[in-house]
Amino acid sequence: MELLIFYPLAGFSLMLALGVVMNKSPIGSALCLIGMMLGLAGIFALQQAHFIAILQVIIYAGAIMVLFMFVIMLLNLKGTDTKWRARERNTLLTVLTTFLALGVLYKVITVIFEFNLDSPAKVPDTFGTAAVIGETLFTDFVLPFEVASILLLAAMVGAVVLAKTKLD
Amino acid sequence: MVPLAHYLLLSATLFMIGVVGVLVRRNAIVVFMSIEIMLNAVNISLIAFDKYMNQHDGQVFSFMVMCVAAAEVSVGLAIIISMFRNKPTVNLDEFNIMKW
Repeated sequence: MELLIFYPLAGFSLMLALGVVMNKSPIGSALCLIGMMLGLAGIFALQQAHFIAILQVIIYAGAIMVLFMFVIMLLNLKGTDTKWRARERNTLLTVLTTFLALGVLYKVITVIFEFNLDSPAKVPDTFGTAAVIGETLFTDFVLPFEVASILLLAAMVGAVVLAKTKLD
Repeated sequence: MVPLAHYLLLSATLFMIGVVGVLVRRNAIVVFMSIEIMLNAVNISLIAFDKYMNQHDGQVFSFMVMCVAAAEVSVGLAIIISMFRNKPTVNLDEFNIMKW
């Protein structure tokens, strides 16, 4: 039953991810990316990670993609980027990418076949709720949480400074 | 019940799509979007293993990944805007002033 939900969501996400890479216009890519984020939120919800699914919708599909859209509209790229073109050919890069792709797939496949992955732990009903995640976040991970807040502050200041200063 | 292998394969495929996007596309904004695809692909793996092992560390970690993604996007888009001000294009092949 869960597979019947998983396969359409996974196919939807993969199609839209390909759409992001192959789309001609940046706006189309951004719209595909929003769809992909929503598909992945569905996949997270399927894994009972409800809190992360909600965060995915709010932060990624909401905030981050609005920022992307805003910058695309601001830069007004119409006419400069009408036809799809890949970057300049680079044999070294192609070979390295192929090796990387094959390496990642090889590693995943060996992990799948080498270890016995068919005995999942029994998951309680409270798995993935905001209460449980919050408890973990504020007890075991309170230092990373504070560091993340400093990171966000630094990013905010950095973005303002970068966008304000004029390059010579 | 979806097997863990399905999630891992989905995650690896999405990650590879993201890598190809970063290496192939010339538009800086699309390159950023491909980086977002890669971060999301990693989140799938984290949460799949989390559910498999009945822990919450992976979900907290994917929360941190989202924080880092938000920070990265805000700074990165500011860099793109200041680059665009310097030279009115977002084509990565034309930005080679830092290349030896």
